[in-house]
Amino acid sequence: MITLDHYLVLGAILFSIGVAGIVINRKNIIILLMSIELMLLAVNINFVAFSRFLGDAAGQVFVFFILTVAAAESAIGLAILVTLFRNRRDINVAKIDDLKG
Amino acid sequence: MNFPTIAFYVFAAVTVLSALAVITVKNSVHAALSLVLSFFSTACLWILLQAEFLGLVLVLVYVGAVMVLFLFVVMMLDINTESIREGFARYVPVGLLVAAAMATEMVLLIVARPHAQGLAVADPAQTAHLSNTAWLSQALFSQYTLPFEIAALILTVAVVAAILLTLRRREGVKSQNPGEQVRVRAADRVRIVKMESSQPAVQSPDVDAPEKAP
Repeated sequence: MITLDHYLVLGAILFSIGVAGIVINRKNIIILLMSIELMLLAVNINFVAFSRFLGDAAGQVFVFFILTVAAAESAIGLAILVTLFRNRRDINVAKIDDLKG
Repeated sequence: MNFPTIAFYVFAAVTVLSALAVITVKNSVHAALSLVLSFFSTACLWILLQAEFLGLVLVLVYVGAVMVLFLFVVMMLDINTESIREGFARYVPVGLLVAAAMATEMVLLIVARPHAQGLAVADPAQTAHLSNTAWLSQALFSQYTLPFEIAALILTVAVVAAILLTLRRREGVKSQNPGEQVRVRAADRVRIVKMESSQPAVQSPDVDAPEKAP
């Protein structure tokens, strides 16, 4: 019998993997973007599971919108990445310190 | 253990293992392909949850569009993996620590939560004699119409922004500028010069004096 907890634990594990990916690959911006996608996926799993187990359509509608915004976000992120690479010939995150922040 | 439970464990294991591959493999292309596998098995999990529409949308939008975009960018950029990988081993313990702490906390929360619902309620789509897609679309186009249209607007803005960011103006390319073409007026092209319609006759020895034009 699959319960809600199964899905929540799976979402928690995926989210943690996404966080670990951000900490481990802090030089490679492409893997950073992929880790963010993983974390969004974990959140979406939770939303769908809650929607199904509580019988409410709002969760699935929200996942729909998250997918939309995440697609827009990754498109713009990759566009920025391409521009960055064109200007610097390098995508090492550690070297992007032009703003001296 | 019935068949859906076994299927759940298989899909969940594939999802977690491919997610681990995403953050550990050396090659960014392999990482993107692992992420595709992760998305795909998550879509299977959602279909197992009777959320067929979102499962298919995940495959279409993510595997079909976003991950192809990722692969395009990864293959287009000439990335020096050596400089990017440096420090990987140094950060692994920290990453594992953070991830383990977060996972433990979240699982503790899930376990400690009072178990009000062990069983799923009956699928509301099925009790209403609808497919999952129809059920979802009824909510989407009645209760959530405005957010739906805002989402369309966000996508449009994202398209414009992505194109503008990557647009490159090169020097020396001969191309038409429709704006300037439309804005042009007759005065920019033709210059009307006022001048006398007749000129003083040139004295030539063998020709009679020419008639004056009116």
